[in-house]
Amino acid sequence: MAYNWNWGVFLQPTATGDDSTYLDWMFHGLQMTIGLSLSAWLIALLLGAVVGVLRTVPNRWLSGVATAYVEFFRNIPLLVQLFLWYFVMPELLPENLGNAFKQTNPIVQQFLSSMICLALFTSARVAEQVRSGINSLPPGQKNAGLALGFTLSQTYRHVMLPMAVRLIVPPLTSEFLNIFKNSAVCSTIGLLELAAQGRQLVDYTAQPYESFIAVTVAYLLLNVVVMSGMRWVEAHVRVPGYIGGK
Amino acid sequence: MHEFDWSSIPNALPFLWDGMLISLEITLSAVVFGIVWGTLLALMRLSSITPLSWFAAGYVNLFRAVPLVMVLLWFFLIVPHLLESLFGLPRGTDMRLTSAIAGFALFEAAYYSEIIRAGIQSVPKGQMAAASALGMTYGQAMRLVVLPQAFRNMVPLLLTQGIILFQDTSLVYVSALADFFGAAYKVGDRDGRLVELLLFAGAVYFVLCFAASRVVRHYQNKMKTA
Repeated sequence: MAYNWNWGVFLQPTATGDDSTYLDWMFHGLQMTIGLSLSAWLIALLLGAVVGVLRTVPNRWLSGVATAYVEFFRNIPLLVQLFLWYFVMPELLPENLGNAFKQTNPIVQQFLSSMICLALFTSARVAEQVRSGINSLPPGQKNAGLALGFTLSQTYRHVMLPMAVRLIVPPLTSEFLNIFKNSAVCSTIGLLELAAQGRQLVDYTAQPYESFIAVTVAYLLLNVVVMSGMRWVEAHVRVPGYIGGK
Repeated sequence: MHEFDWSSIPNALPFLWDGMLISLEITLSAVVFGIVWGTLLALMRLSSITPLSWFAAGYVNLFRAVPLVMVLLWFFLIVPHLLESLFGLPRGTDMRLTSAIAGFALFEAAYYSEIIRAGIQSVPKGQMAAASALGMTYGQAMRLVVLPQAFRNMVPLLLTQGIILFQDTSLVYVSALADFFGAAYKVGDRDGRLVELLLFAGAVYFVLCFAASRVVRHYQNKMKTA
């Protein structure tokens, strides 16, 4: 097979004329992937915590709404959700709001749609973990809280949630890893994150193997960094007496 | 506010149905190949032969660390060229469906193998010991005693993974292959009715996946009480 390997291509200036190199492109893509994933993750954690708690409260309406929320975001493919946010949502908004959105910088449009999409998609999964964390607590904890005269919300705040939050850190680690991987889907609406930069590198450099290997390795490294960070967090919040909190 | 016009959907139904068949074809083949290859990987991972278990661990961790979109791009952009030059196929042979199935199967096998490994490990050790005591070889004990019990316990998880896989097949969009979602997008784009077609596609996915997950849950509850 006659293929000219050329790893030096990453240090060459890009064909666009400015003095950035192809390595800079990859770096921009990586920054976009990280920025998008982290901002979506923050929203997902907040929303997921609220929805997860609502699923466990003894009120039919509240838990029904929360269940519908989770089912909705879990049963539609991520790609379809992304297209709904990007192409459909601006049309369904009131006209002036939709137009305002369409007139903003395309990169901002892509980023906002991607962030909202990833955040809500992940929040449904976070909510499931929060729910199972709360349900895994011995029922005596809630009863003891109530018997001491706490209201239900006080029992949640001071007794159940502090415990549940520490128990669900390990399963949340895998959701956190997933959000980085899922962010690659956003390349389909033109957001220039890591995977999209990979495709662009193939087009511009005509060195498909190097480009794809580099991007794949970047994802692997990201995975390793996130995983070791979460190991550290897990070690610090582990509840003594529980085996790894699993 | 947008004015809805659903009229392009009825005429497009046969085209959308063909797309749905492609989605289902990819899902089914990837589930079957994924489970077979996943089982082999799980057995390698649990085997006492170190190179085999290292290979399986490396394979599973690699595929689980890379986004599915990246794997699919490899299979659409790189692998066909590789095969063309290796086997001297004519340039531009359309291998997108085969590539899609291969990509999904290899990717999902990593996830299936983790489910199957947990399933095998959940079978009590005494089962293996009893089988050996009866004179069975390791292979016989696995095939006749451990795996059947493991698979029985794993059915709900394997099916749930299948539903996730069905949702993920929409990502073949990156290769412009007309699966159900690709077909819906094409029709919407052609008729200038993207909003309606995307909403319709979302609704169809929701109904199918919601119903399927209900069936899995029903089966799971029945298994618990049995």
